[in-house]
Amino acid sequence: MSQRIIEVKDLEYSYNGFKAVDGVSFFVREGEIFSFLGPNGAGKSTVINILTTLLPVQKGSVSIAGHDLAIEPQAVRRSIGIVFQDETLDRDLTVKETLELHGRIYSMPGAERRERIEEIIALVELEEKRDVRTRYLSGGMKRRLEIGRGLMTRPKVLFLDEPTIGLDTQTRRRLWEYIKRVNDSGTTIFLTTHYMDEADQVSNWIDILDHGKIIASGEPATLKNALGSDMIYLDTSDNPSAESLLNGLKSVRGIKSTPQGLAVTINADGTRCLPLIMNRLQEKGISISSVNLKKPTLDDVFVHYTGRDIRDAGAGKLHRLPLPKGVR
Amino acid sequence: MSWEFLTIYWRDMLRFVRFRIALVVSLIQPALWMALYGAAMSSNLSRLSSGLNLPAGAASVSYLTFMGAGVIALTTLFTSLFGGITLLFDKNWGLMRELLASPMPRNHIILGIGLSGVTKSFIQVMVIMGFGLLIGVRLFPGYTPIQTAGAILGVLLFVGIFSLGFLFLSSAISMSMDTPEGLQAVITILTLPLFFASNALYPIDAFPPLVKLLSQFNPLTHLVNGVRYFTVGQDFYAVGIHYVYSSSEIMISFLALAGFAVAMFLIAWRVFQKAVVT
Repeated sequence: MSQRIIEVKDLEYSYNGFKAVDGVSFFVREGEIFSFLGPNGAGKSTVINILTTLLPVQKGSVSIAGHDLAIEPQAVRRSIGIVFQDETLDRDLTVKETLELHGRIYSMPGAERRERIEEIIALVELEEKRDVRTRYLSGGMKRRLEIGRGLMTRPKVLFLDEPTIGLDTQTRRRLWEYIKRVNDSGTTIFLTTHYMDEADQVSNWIDILDHGKIIASGEPATLKNALGSDMIYLDTSDNPSAESLLNGLKSVRGIKSTPQGLAVTINADGTRCLPLIMNRLQEKGISISSVNLKKPTLDDVFVHYTGRDIRDAGAGKLHRLPLPKGVR
Repeated sequence: MSWEFLTIYWRDMLRFVRFRIALVVSLIQPALWMALYGAAMSSNLSRLSSGLNLPAGAASVSYLTFMGAGVIALTTLFTSLFGGITLLFDKNWGLMRELLASPMPRNHIILGIGLSGVTKSFIQVMVIMGFGLLIGVRLFPGYTPIQTAGAILGVLLFVGIFSLGFLFLSSAISMSMDTPEGLQAVITILTLPLFFASNALYPIDAFPPLVKLLSQFNPLTHLVNGVRYFTVGQDFYAVGIHYVYSSSEIMISFLALAGFAVAMFLIAWRVFQKAVVT
């Protein structure tokens, strides 16, 4: 079992009496890609800001790369790289100057700094832009530059706060190639993202935060499997009757009523269950207006645990199935 | 000793050189003061004071020369008060999180901004003195080259220490404000009393007692004292007033400015230690 490079215990943080983070504990293993997910306002940003030393540790403890954050913030700062959620560039410095500034404020010796600048520019493929001011770079290039900058000092952990937000699909895919390459070379990645498909594809481990607490934790596959093998989405002429009818079926594990219809979680193979369910409903005179069969995605996991879509913070709580937390 | 503040300095100077328009405007502004306000006021004043009899052998100084020191001081004040504004922009749209999350001690940000602001003021002051000499401001009257060099160093010393104080103040304000509009308002409110309750453009001798008292605590007054002492001399008549500066008075002015700079640094330091930018 590899070492825990980040260890957070009983972390609490309050803003003027409001508890934004309410007793959060988790750890990140060295070398993994760890995703930290949660709806807007869940307390995610507060946790990241504490971990990256922008907010103080009010209560609880945080250790990063063997340094206690409250005691040795400077040592932590030297061990991490950060890509902030919002653009954090001086628009009037060139690509090279941006990296130069970073190397200098992290006290990198001149020769090493110059060598690393060239390596980083090559890594993020900005060779042709090295003397261009950052205001003239595209969104994807700026992001690449910020990721490269985060890697300048060869940090043990790289924090990526929504690294792909607002970028087109192609650019996102390219960015993930860089991030995976960085991870392959041994850097631990701490990631937050609104894109569930990305978290699903890249993460070794996922923690979901809501209302200041960790509400689910596990490998992506484990989290998805816990929802049942398949989901069937139904809309019928009489949803309440359909719900009570289907609840009696052995293969049905749980039903959630949504404004769009019923979301049925089933235990068995959905392709075989679906005809059965449809026959049963028609026998009782309930007509089906739409039907959809889906393998569970991380989106479903998210909706299941937080009661809302990751982009939709307003929705109320839905019924929750009792699910095991991932064990490691 | 760590030198990261030089990085902040380097970056701010890079921006200064890159924004040529700001550079040019910062040089045109004092020139306009002298060429327009100075010319207008000096013809008025010479008409009003033409009847005055000065003692024989007294060194009389033209209004333009008298206000030369004032223009140097005002320009330094404006430039320095706005010197920290870059921090506000960094905070809202730029580099501040990167700087605050780095291992660099935060007082290096204050020092770096201070140093680059002083450099900008020095450039301005040298240009103003050059331009002043061109339009007939009689600076360094009868000085030998060595005395002139010494006097210039004296001026820069006063300008430097004064500028630092206001740059630290400006940094503290910029770091505490959320919007450029708020910053603009605060700086305007600060500028006017500093400007008017000082001896920059007219003598303070005829001020009402309260304003006169205030002007004694005004850093701008102390800067003007120092600059006038070095550029014009220690014994002269201007605007019908006999000016005598003793070296101890000048020393007190310098110490007042140094004390002001230290106090402002401590305030800025505190603001930066407590600053949270997320």
